Amino acid sequence: MEETIKFQLNGKKTEAMIDPTQSLLWVLRDHFGLTGTKFGCGMGFCGACTVLIDNEPVRSCQLSVGDAAGKNVVTIEGLAINGKLHPVQEAFIKHDALQCGYCTPGMIMNAAGLLIKNPAPSVQEIKDGMENNLCRCGAHMRIIEAVQTASKEMKGGK
Amino acid sequence: MKKEQIKDQESIQTSERQGMPRRDFFKLLGGGIIVFFRPWRVLDLFGMPAEQARSLPKDYNAFLHIAEDGTVTCFTGKIEMGQGIITSLPQMMADELNIPVERIKMIMGDTDLCPWDQGTWGSLSTRVFGQSMRAAAAEARGVLLDLGSTQLGVPVSQLEVRDGVITDTKDPKKTVSYAQLTKGTRIEKFLDVKPSMEDYTKFKSIGKSYNHSDATLKVTGEAKYAGDMKLPGMVFARILRPPSHAAKMTSVDYSGAEKIAGTKVVRDGDLVAVINESRDKADEAIVKIKAEYSFNELPVNDKTIYEYMLKADSNVTVVKSTGDLEAGEKLCEKTIESEFHDPYLAHVAVETHTALARLEGDKMTVWASTQSPFGLRDGITRELSLPAEKVRVITPFVGGGFGGKGEFQQGIEAAKLAKLTGKPVMLMWTREEEFFYDTFHPAGVVKIKSGIDKSGLIKLWDYNLYYSGTRGADAIYDIPNTKITHYSQKSGGSPVHQFGTGAWRAPNNNTNTFAREVQIDIMAAAAGIDPMEFRLKNLKDEKMIACLKAVADKFGYVPGKTRSGRGIGIACGIDAGSWVAHIAEVKVDKSTGKVKVVSIACAQDMGLCVNPEGATIQMEGCITMGLGYTLGEEVLFEGGKVLTHGLDTYNIPRFSWLPKIDTLILDRKDKPPQGGGEPAIIAIGAVVANAIFDATGIL
Repeated sequence: MEETIKFQLNGKKTEAMIDPTQSLLWVLRDHFGLTGTKFGCGMGFCGACTVLIDNEPVRSCQLSVGDAAGKNVVTIEGLAINGKLHPVQEAFIKHDALQCGYCTPGMIMNAAGLLIKNPAPSVQEIKDGMENNLCRCGAHMRIIEAVQTASKEMKGGK
Repeated sequence: MKKEQIKDQESIQTSERQGMPRRDFFKLLGGGIIVFFRPWRVLDLFGMPAEQARSLPKDYNAFLHIAEDGTVTCFTGKIEMGQGIITSLPQMMADELNIPVERIKMIMGDTDLCPWDQGTWGSLSTRVFGQSMRAAAAEARGVLLDLGSTQLGVPVSQLEVRDGVITDTKDPKKTVSYAQLTKGTRIEKFLDVKPSMEDYTKFKSIGKSYNHSDATLKVTGEAKYAGDMKLPGMVFARILRPPSHAAKMTSVDYSGAEKIAGTKVVRDGDLVAVINESRDKADEAIVKIKAEYSFNELPVNDKTIYEYMLKADSNVTVVKSTGDLEAGEKLCEKTIESEFHDPYLAHVAVETHTALARLEGDKMTVWASTQSPFGLRDGITRELSLPAEKVRVITPFVGGGFGGKGEFQQGIEAAKLAKLTGKPVMLMWTREEEFFYDTFHPAGVVKIKSGIDKSGLIKLWDYNLYYSGTRGADAIYDIPNTKITHYSQKSGGSPVHQFGTGAWRAPNNNTNTFAREVQIDIMAAAAGIDPMEFRLKNLKDEKMIACLKAVADKFGYVPGKTRSGRGIGIACGIDAGSWVAHIAEVKVDKSTGKVKVVSIACAQDMGLCVNPEGATIQMEGCITMGLGYTLGEEVLFEGGKVLTHGLDTYNIPRFSWLPKIDTLILDRKDKPPQGGGEPAIIAIGAVVANAIFDATGIL
């Protein structure tokens, strides 16, 4: 049954007439056209669908849109502010920390969430925090470097 | 004569039965070793049937177009899946046309716009397509210079081109641009004598490092993959899948699925699918279909497959033979026999096979994640009985391929469903479908009998390869008596592989390089010689010797006889025209058998390196991905049932696995460019196994 769901989406008040049991992933992709959030496994194992909800990285495939009601949802499309890329996005470009790019939005959202919680993570903390986001191309080394650089840019790291 | 038997399969089977992860069971192997591989089912440029061995067009207009504003569009049937040719092909074209690389726009993988192409695999984009494209661009430059000469009334020898502007060197005010000459139209002039490509001393873009040109699109989420396309009236489809490759549907009841709001069930023979405007609803509906199957399972599983292969009635081919094995054996002081087992592997691109199909009038357009847009076009033409010009395949960014997207079943399925339903149909395989229909890297067995004389020279090499392919099966060392025998599927015989197998990054070479290089270390240990010295002593291949010396230098290798306890391993190999050598250091927890790869260094000779940054990233990717087949990955099965369904049980490399990686590309800019997307993965299994051998004395 459809109902009105209200939440903050990429900084804007949003509402939609929608079945609240639909998964947040497909609502973001299909209803809102925010296709930067990717489907990789649909079971929460790969992290390609990671978004921030109230600053916490979550797997949007494991959440229904009803669960997001009243919350602040940020997707990869909402990370840049006024056209200026987020430091994590900048650092991914600088370090060439991607190949096919399919896991990249999820990696960036997870890293952005990690830096909110821990602005100056050690390499080990970055590895631990990124462990469950999967990349098949093997961009891991550069992703770690990018997160370190972003941390410094955000004045988290020394 | 001393023989050392290297066989202990019992301990492997025991550990696998107990579900022990691969990285733990290296220690338990005793003498045996496990490898990886598969037959090259995807078309290979050099092994293609004559009717399919089409060639690239001769007309350079098929490769490029110069617009009125001076923008140059480069057309290629190749696709971008992370390997970086969207960045490196423009570098190659820019240097032939003498224009800035930024002025080049890429159109990739669109069958209506791009020249025919066999597919993006085999590390062929740079070494084959790139070279043809450079030659085409060189001719276009020659023609433009001719036209410029006429326009300016100055001989060609007096002209130079910079940034797409032809200038009279004696009167620099006399200029004409490419855009002014072509006015955006097709160039109708051709040269009888084709000009040579630019000399490497004149390169401005080639050899210079460029970051991924698509990075901004990819970090903002703007990059479009097949699943990101949307059309008015589009529906999502899910297809009913059998529980086994040996299953045949006997009955089906889809009344339950039709009760899910907005669902329509469509059927065409064995193809049963649900469509719904909502993907979640389609997911909900598909599981409501009840189907019965009959099974015709063969008695083989992931434990017994190796014995099954050895006992199978195989097609036997001697691929290569030199000298005389019997005479060779007589020269040996020690002979060593080994048997290597390699499991099935999945590709696991993070993007699953995806396609959106639309039938508009009589024209079918399919947006697909594929390494083979023209292969998919031909497949749809064949399966739907449509003329080729009525089928267009467009390939947006591809979210990883690794050989797995050389197959394009999903594109044909989406096209069939679009025709059946009359609606644009989006088909995005689930991860479980991906594990079921993946054309796996094939399991295989390698048996080697080799021997060394008193001085440590290899005199005997009897190499037997079962149910993998021969890419990388050459001995590469200077051995007088060799025989390479290939055991493969007998036509009409009972199938050994119970499901589809195909190309997996550097197909078969991972298997062959593993077996060869581990055998080399076993022999070095038997000879009591440092494994680097043993290799150099038995090699005549100058490129291999140079790579080994370069990697030793990069790593800071200090000689030490194998089983030194240090945990340092060496391995090398040849793939896609490139030479690679690796050194790895591992730490083994002797109480648990756990292996941590501490560092891997790699030296690569790939001829002319077009984009050093891109090539380095590919090497890092190869090394990281290679750790998966070495330490964690294996597809489990029972008959035609694939038991590995998801990313919770199929163990691909993660951040915690990451070693320190050091790469080095040898400077060979005077040589033609070779492959870069695959070579550095081939020796990872061997270099890690050899390092474990060095740490523990166990393989």
